[in-house]
Amino acid sequence: MADLGCVIGGVESINPFWLASAPPTDKYYNVVRAFDAGWGGVVWKTLGIDPPVVNVSSRYGVHQDTGGGVIGINNIELISDRPLETNLREIEQCRKEWPDRVIIGSMMAEIDEQAWKELAIKIANSGVHGIELNLGCPHGMCERGMGSAIGQVPEMVEQTTRWVREAVDIPVFTKLTPNITNILWPAEAAKQGGAHAVSLINTVNSIVSVNLDEMAPNPIVDGKGTHGGYCGAAVKPIALNMVAEISRAVETQGLDISAIGGIENWRDAAEFIALGANALQVCTAAMLYGFRIVDDMIDGLSSFMDQKGYRSIEDFRGKAVANTVDWNELNMNFDTKALIDPDKCIECGRCHIACEDTSHQAIEFKVSDAGKRSFTVVDEDCVGCNLCAHVCPVPNCIEMVPVATDKPYLTWPEHPLNPHKADPINSQ
Amino acid sequence: MPSEAGKKSCSDSKTNGDIAANFDDLHKPLNALQAVGAADHCIYCYDAPCIQACPTSIDIPTFIHQIRTDNVMGAARTILSENIMGGTCARACPTEVLCEQACVYNHGDEAPVEIGLLQRYAVDHLMEAGGAHPFERGKDTGKHIAVVGAGPAGLSCAHRSAMLGHKVTVYEAKAKPGGLNEYGLAAYKMVDDFAQKEVSFLLDIGGIDINYNHTLGENLDLQQLLEQFDAVFLSVGLGGTNKLGLENEGMSGVNDAIEFIETLRQTDNKADMKIGNDIIVIGGGNTAVDAAVQAKKLGARNVTLVYRRGEDAMSATPYEVELARKSGVMVELWAKPATINGNGHVASMAFERTKMLNGKLASTGETIEITADTVMKAIGQQLDIAPLKGFEIAGGKISVTADFSTNVSGVFAGGDCIKTGEDLTVQAVEDGKQAAHAINEYLTSGETHNG
Repeated sequence: MADLGCVIGGVESINPFWLASAPPTDKYYNVVRAFDAGWGGVVWKTLGIDPPVVNVSSRYGVHQDTGGGVIGINNIELISDRPLETNLREIEQCRKEWPDRVIIGSMMAEIDEQAWKELAIKIANSGVHGIELNLGCPHGMCERGMGSAIGQVPEMVEQTTRWVREAVDIPVFTKLTPNITNILWPAEAAKQGGAHAVSLINTVNSIVSVNLDEMAPNPIVDGKGTHGGYCGAAVKPIALNMVAEISRAVETQGLDISAIGGIENWRDAAEFIALGANALQVCTAAMLYGFRIVDDMIDGLSSFMDQKGYRSIEDFRGKAVANTVDWNELNMNFDTKALIDPDKCIECGRCHIACEDTSHQAIEFKVSDAGKRSFTVVDEDCVGCNLCAHVCPVPNCIEMVPVATDKPYLTWPEHPLNPHKADPINSQ
Repeated sequence: MPSEAGKKSCSDSKTNGDIAANFDDLHKPLNALQAVGAADHCIYCYDAPCIQACPTSIDIPTFIHQIRTDNVMGAARTILSENIMGGTCARACPTEVLCEQACVYNHGDEAPVEIGLLQRYAVDHLMEAGGAHPFERGKDTGKHIAVVGAGPAGLSCAHRSAMLGHKVTVYEAKAKPGGLNEYGLAAYKMVDDFAQKEVSFLLDIGGIDINYNHTLGENLDLQQLLEQFDAVFLSVGLGGTNKLGLENEGMSGVNDAIEFIETLRQTDNKADMKIGNDIIVIGGGNTAVDAAVQAKKLGARNVTLVYRRGEDAMSATPYEVELARKSGVMVELWAKPATINGNGHVASMAFERTKMLNGKLASTGETIEITADTVMKAIGQQLDIAPLKGFEIAGGKISVTADFSTNVSGVFAGGDCIKTGEDLTVQAVEDGKQAAHAINEYLTSGETHNG
């Protein structure tokens, strides 16, 4: 069986599945249950300087698919609302009882050197494996000059990271906010500050829905709502892109990545690892289904690795990075055509109407005298966009078939139709 | 030689415990959770086959999508805009041979979308919510239409005519409206007095009056209607029943199945219904199944449904035949009524065994005898043509053109009384709707549509 052990920022873990700093890692009781369920580590819910914050009721809103499944959660909860000492004693207890599991202490403070350093030292003294800087919380805490208020200013990201590095001698993880224009700026700043790893993404600033009876955004607190932090399956594509950006950029190479954002199952985990993540953090999926989901994450990831012949995470980590390129590096001479398997087709017409109304009018719809409906791709009109294959409800009914060609790999910068095509004579 | 059915008849004790519970809804309505699940199963097909399979052309993918987006009132309006009796049709339609048979999931050997139950969910939601009627009466045209028969075709025509701005007066032979919805469907398909609730909902549009206990040819004269009204729509259904043509057919205990079904529907406490021990139901349609299953539900010990041909030839849907078997009804195929036996009251019937010979039904020479204290005939109904003098009749039914006009100027007809009548509520509703548009065309263009 594949070895799921991993190392991130110098911290070793029995598996890459950690719980992110959030309600599931709020206290001893939850964390012990998580370790018992098989999670490799936890990032304890963010600690601040006493007095503890006070939370509101209610705290969560959700984004659902048509079947009622939750694809995203929006929360307006703040950091730990329990006394610092209580949390630290519980961390010590967990460390003692579960020596093979990782505990990272998450922290935040205002932009003040002494505050960051004193808190970091206190947390480090509880025996944590590392410290994560929460520079991402996009609601509530940022209004007090913390969380994303710091994470959105690269200079402050660098500064706080450096302060914590100077204060403690354990690994430092800088957690990044996605609510910025370019993820590379804070990632580079974290690296400059000396971070061993970056954790990303924190939640996305959001209003998840509006209650049309009360005319207020959800979740509603006595008739009013506020923007919150969006997480869960829906944010995975955003997180994948940001992780890939950091993996690809020369400036951020060498930074370990603790990937966060909509990881619900082993496949999501494998995708983040393929884009360079060293380890993973999960929250929403556990909040929706409980800690038991880690069973399939472990089992599914090792089955996948066994099937592919990967003996360790390092064997495939970052394997998709080289194939993640800028648009300008794509081959303009590559072409595919949709092919509908008439034996599998159940005649629903979804491919036809999608193509007819919104794409290239490349799927012909005919009804035979006997009433049989048939859908056929017109190759000359098909641009290979994939839409039909995505809307088709039948697995593998529509295949995208590459068109055989002897044309060379040709990028847009080299393309004859590109008006800005590099002039081979003048550019010499 | 007595059949198995006959041999087993030996006790007069009834076999079916809680009679009231036996007449609960055949298909339990969906709750909100189930409706979301069922709606999510729909693929939202383009130019969907289910729409074409629905005689009233309800835009099924759209109304299911509306349920999915929590626009349940909108879903109900989508249904009712094509079929004002969508509530009854959701309960009584043989969806397994209509919309659900056309569902594309059948190509993939998957269970079709539960269209009937979803339709009921939406329409019940609107009707239970009450509030304003979802459709407006059209601007008054000054025209007045007479509708004869307050069944599905007549009421559908009346409602659509009201939408088109015409005033409507309905004449109904019975004391209540609804036609077969009220009198002819099995009780377990129409619980909680739904037929009456639906009629009352339908009449909320306004501009429709109903006169009860008016029977054509008795206290209602067609000629007078023609003089009094701008147009007449005949939706009289099929009043008469077919006969076996056997001696002793008038014997005590030998009845029409539709009478039994009607009496049962009009009996509030089903336990008050008297039922025999050994019942024979003759026929192969849904009426035969409705009668047989309900006899069983009332506690009859032996119920035998006898049909002269094979199961494939039965007009009852396979689902209905299966329902009969599951309810404990014995289905005896290839047996043709031969004699009705008894001394004053029926005691048994003899049937000739049949087979197909050169494409025709023939007797094998063998006979079987089945014990019976009750015989219910469900061998079809017929139009009472006596009050329809001057009308062209074909195949025992009123002849109409494609626009539902008869050979008598200004008189239109639809539902079971016309030649295309299919004994389906949903077809009758469609007839009434289309006839209303044809009548509107006739009234507004001032032209007659017949020679």
